[in-house]
Amino acid sequence: MASGGAGIEVEGLVREFKKGPRAVDGISLRVEPGEIYGFLGPNGAGKSTTVLMLTTLLPPTSGTARVAGFDVAREGSKVRASIGAALQEAALDPFLTGREHLKLQAALHGLGRKERKKRGDELLERVGLVEAADRRVRGYSGGMKRRLDLALALVHRPEILFLDEPTTGLDPQSRSALWTEVSRLTRDEGVTVFLTTQYLEEADVLADRVGIIDSGRIVAEGTPEELKAEIGRPSVEATPIKVSDRDAVARVLSSFGQEIAAQPGAVSVRLDHGAGDLADVVRALDAGSLRVANLRLEEPSLDDVFLEKTGRSLEGSGDKEDNDNVEPGAKPGGDRESSRKKGARA
Amino acid sequence: MSSTLLTQVSHLGRRSVVRTLRQPGVMVSAILFPLMFFAITASGLDAATNLPGFPTASYLDFAFAFPLVQASLFGAITAGVDLARDIEGGFFDRLSLTPMRPVALLGGMLAGVMALGLIQGVIFLSIGLAVGVNIQSGFAGMLLLVALTILTALGFGGLGAILALRTGSGEAVESSFPLFFVAIFLSSINLPRDLIESDWFRLIATLNPVSYLVEGIRSLVITGWDPQALILGFGCAFGLIALSLAGAAASLRTRMAT
Repeated sequence: MASGGAGIEVEGLVREFKKGPRAVDGISLRVEPGEIYGFLGPNGAGKSTTVLMLTTLLPPTSGTARVAGFDVAREGSKVRASIGAALQEAALDPFLTGREHLKLQAALHGLGRKERKKRGDELLERVGLVEAADRRVRGYSGGMKRRLDLALALVHRPEILFLDEPTTGLDPQSRSALWTEVSRLTRDEGVTVFLTTQYLEEADVLADRVGIIDSGRIVAEGTPEELKAEIGRPSVEATPIKVSDRDAVARVLSSFGQEIAAQPGAVSVRLDHGAGDLADVVRALDAGSLRVANLRLEEPSLDDVFLEKTGRSLEGSGDKEDNDNVEPGAKPGGDRESSRKKGARA
Repeated sequence: MSSTLLTQVSHLGRRSVVRTLRQPGVMVSAILFPLMFFAITASGLDAATNLPGFPTASYLDFAFAFPLVQASLFGAITAGVDLARDIEGGFFDRLSLTPMRPVALLGGMLAGVMALGLIQGVIFLSIGLAVGVNIQSGFAGMLLLVALTILTALGFGGLGAILALRTGSGEAVESSFPLFFVAIFLSSINLPRDLIESDWFRLIATLNPVSYLVEGIRSLVITGWDPQALILGFGCAFGLIALSLAGAAASLRTRMAT
């Protein structure tokens, strides 16, 4: 079924809850066919509410949304036939096996008996669950549940795939495997992917374009490179050897740009004149006899974009939820240096 | 019923049965508790057969309707709780995202309830015959008895579905169990209506459709073929099914629209 199609078009979408806040406050966006769109924002920003509306599970209060060319409010069944969705919680029956889940899903999508088995086997192989296929899901790890969830969303070869925080709570290895599969789906099958995440790296690595949502509104949109280019200038972070030198280092660095958030014990400034200031920074520190343990030049990140647009950092805003969902031994933040776009999408 | 709908109902029904059979605790409760109450009432109230006008000399025969009706209730509550947990856990949303017809969801759930009703009916009938229950209507009556048990389960199942779809909470459905249980006791489950001395109790038992379900099942055991009791029993079962399924369908539409 995935053949390009019409992507996603959203115009002035609003969702209000009774006696509650406006969870989604007039967002407009467009996702081109075959694109991975990263919808980035902290907990409670409106990401999941947007996904529920786009997947027809929640009616919009106002505004319009067309998914795969169909209106979500008026052509729900056509929308549902065109999409696959793995929502925030891996919604599985603990008493069924992975294979039984796939059979049920395939039957409900109208696949014939032979096709059901073939498609089920193919997807189990693809998500690496062949060994565990006949085990009940209640014995699966969080990563296995997420992989099965993804397989279930793909049973009917959807044109558009919605993934709502698909890697929250996963260990780095599972996260990386899921990124690879999502990239493959877009590259090889032309599937359009709408991915919500609170992980900057995930959006940076996977998404062709990113929409940043905060308090129900889109505050920035573009490719990760475009968004970072808006910030433009890199930052330099210096960690003095002596803690007592921190204020002196801060005074020296302040002449090169505006101070921004830094690691504990370090000083970081956004360089007014870009990376070319680095040599002058070193000379100024040397002139002040200030010795540093670490001096690091950092390109702008999506967190810098978020900070610039909202006045606060996205990093750590999802820590509580992450820790609630995390698998034993997993690191909520993931191994931030483990993957880069080229690697994940190869 | 179209073949697509039939496929959807059969897969959802299979899932309902499989997941219940894979929870031994649920199955043990659904079999053991009704049998326990049957044993207690059959032995404790045996002297009731000495009351003038009591319709049978064996309270064991008289009480045999109890485990069947109670088991129907257990099955229906279990299915209601399962549906509510599907809503809580997001599985309902997963199903809603497929081209599944809403009626298939109810049909699947209720097919599971009926299948469990059949299993329970056969088990209780076997145990009843083993401990000396005498079915006056013979083998054909036994089939009808199991059929009425399944229909009763279906009617209660519809009520369980309404609760699940309205509340979306497994706990809320579970907490409704005592109310249903009271409804069973406020019927002719322990005594024939004309032997209930208290006027208010007799009035409630007469108005309570559970009495007619019980009396329909009971008539097959202690009387043989009693057309009036069977018409009332099956009539109440079909009435309960019609009302509860209409309510469940409306609740499902409301749930899927929000």
